[in-house]
Amino acid sequence: MIKFILRRFVVMIPQLIILSVLIFALAKAMPGDALTGQLASNPKMDAQTLHELKQKLGLLDPPYKQYLHWAGGLLHGDMGMSVIHQVPVTQLLAGRMENTLILSLAILILSYMIAIPLGIVGGRWTDSWADKMVVGYNYLTFATPLFIFALIMLFIFGFVLNWFPTSGSVDIRVEDGTFSYYMSKLNHLILPALSGAIVNTTVTIQYLRNEIIDTKIKDFVKTARAKGVNESKVYTQHILRNSFLPIAAFLGYEIVYLIGGSVFLETIYGYPGIGQLFIASISQRDFSVVTALVMISGLATLIGTLLSDIILSAVDPRIRIE
Amino acid sequence: MSNQPLLELKNLRTSFRINNNYYAAVDDVTLTIKENEVVAIVGESGCGKSALALSIMGLHPQGRTKLEGNVNFNGKNLLSLTTSEMNKIRGKDIGMIFQDPLTALNPLMTCGRQIEESMTYHTNLSSGKKKQKALELLKKVGIPNPERTYKQFPHELSGGMRQRVVIAIAIACEPSLVIADEPTTALDVTIQAQIMDLLKDLQRQMKTGIILITHDLGVVAEMADRVAVMYAGEIVELADVKTLFKNPLHPYTRSLLNSIPSTASEKDRLHVIKGIVPSLQNLPREGCRFKERIDWIDDHNHEEHPILREVEANHYVRCTCYNHFHFPEEIGDSKYVVS
Repeated sequence: MIKFILRRFVVMIPQLIILSVLIFALAKAMPGDALTGQLASNPKMDAQTLHELKQKLGLLDPPYKQYLHWAGGLLHGDMGMSVIHQVPVTQLLAGRMENTLILSLAILILSYMIAIPLGIVGGRWTDSWADKMVVGYNYLTFATPLFIFALIMLFIFGFVLNWFPTSGSVDIRVEDGTFSYYMSKLNHLILPALSGAIVNTTVTIQYLRNEIIDTKIKDFVKTARAKGVNESKVYTQHILRNSFLPIAAFLGYEIVYLIGGSVFLETIYGYPGIGQLFIASISQRDFSVVTALVMISGLATLIGTLLSDIILSAVDPRIRIE
Repeated sequence: MSNQPLLELKNLRTSFRINNNYYAAVDDVTLTIKENEVVAIVGESGCGKSALALSIMGLHPQGRTKLEGNVNFNGKNLLSLTTSEMNKIRGKDIGMIFQDPLTALNPLMTCGRQIEESMTYHTNLSSGKKKQKALELLKKVGIPNPERTYKQFPHELSGGMRQRVVIAIAIACEPSLVIADEPTTALDVTIQAQIMDLLKDLQRQMKTGIILITHDLGVVAEMADRVAVMYAGEIVELADVKTLFKNPLHPYTRSLLNSIPSTASEKDRLHVIKGIVPSLQNLPREGCRFKERIDWIDDHNHEEHPILREVEANHYVRCTCYNHFHFPEEIGDSKYVVS
């Protein structure tokens, strides 16, 4: 097991190198750079100063030299300076990463809390009215784009009913670390987490429902019934355990997907996470931030895949990692 | 063998709903299994053998199955019991062995736990006692290393070993009746013989009644006391095993026996029964159901409403067409020799 994980990490090295080259090339291929906007908005800037600035920032070096400089920094945990914010990228990311992780985790937990009961009801009582409602709910959430749904939620619960704050991750008036600070954080979290979770339930419900329908006609379920196992135990001990396998296997990807997928949510709810930062940095051509974020999500994907494999091997004895 | 009836099926009819119509897959079956007796039910695929077995256990999907008649066991009609009453009988008084050991075991549970499970529901044994008993059972069904198999998952075992575990599950609570639904069909020939030997030994030791569902007549000859031949949901012939093999009467029984390849025979073509078993929806509900497949026999030789008639002591045959039945000349009749 440990050997397997180590080997996977070794395989990740070339993957990450290729990824970094691609990201760097794409970032360079984008028109303009961090100074382009400054030229237009700053009347004191002339061509001479601009050239000097570019030289100072290394923007005039040959691309391979720029890449090596950047990649070398990455190895030391130095992702460069954000030109726009004038702080190191790592510092910029730290607080936002925390927010995004909290939001993703909340979405994940909430969506499982909604999806698992609904999936079980739909799968166990197929074709009942309850199942039809589950399927209807699923079509609805599947067809609703997240950004529209999030806007509607924001409008109803934020503006009209005024139950929840409409932006930010915490009230600026509360003191860091106090009880009301955490309550305020929670209060800011509920609306984005709930809207993200509801839209995110589709896949889990669909998987679980189908899996239960498939599993409940399997022979080993008949064996269990022939043993005299009562119906609810047939479900908990035999059907559900087998039906959860694909969902468990999906968990690793789900986490990564949510981190990357929070872009809409964070932008709409003004929630200061990395998704919001990503969008802002692209429009401001803040390359060091963009490349750092893409690199991080690439790394997260690789780790998520590994995580999925480990989870699956833990829950399914047929899959053994050696 | 005592003469106490263990299980009595009276006019059992099992119908399945297809497009809002019910079609009987088991039609008016009356059969008695005595204590410590092995009754074989034979027939081609689709004749209603497995449907019969699942009807006794009450394992058909509820809502789209209709059960009529009586299944008397221990003085109770099983068809009138609720699911929870039935759960007290399943696994305890009636055990079941399934056809395909590759799919009959839960892939996520160790073999030991799967054997212990029925004890959990039917006994008050402590977990230590249950483990001890599970190990004994594994030994009893011929598992070479019970301690190891106890902890193993089904995928770690071969097909034959898995079927032994399935058998251990079925006999865990020492049931008085075991229903074996084609227990050897999914196994290769050498393993089939081992499993049949095992079942025979267990039956002798534990004095259980067995309903053996199979289409392997060799297995029947070796193990059964009595044989019921089923065709299209009905019993067409019922006799003790010697009589059936020596003096098969119904055309279907004779055709089945004639289809067994024999090295003694000089014919170079295998006899095949013409046609196929009609599907549930296209089953002829009137007259002799086997008529279509022996169409060289004149119509007036069949009964209009064939019934299962006792033609000699304890030998029942349905329809009078057997009196007029002969194989076409190019096929000929080869007698099966009971070993």
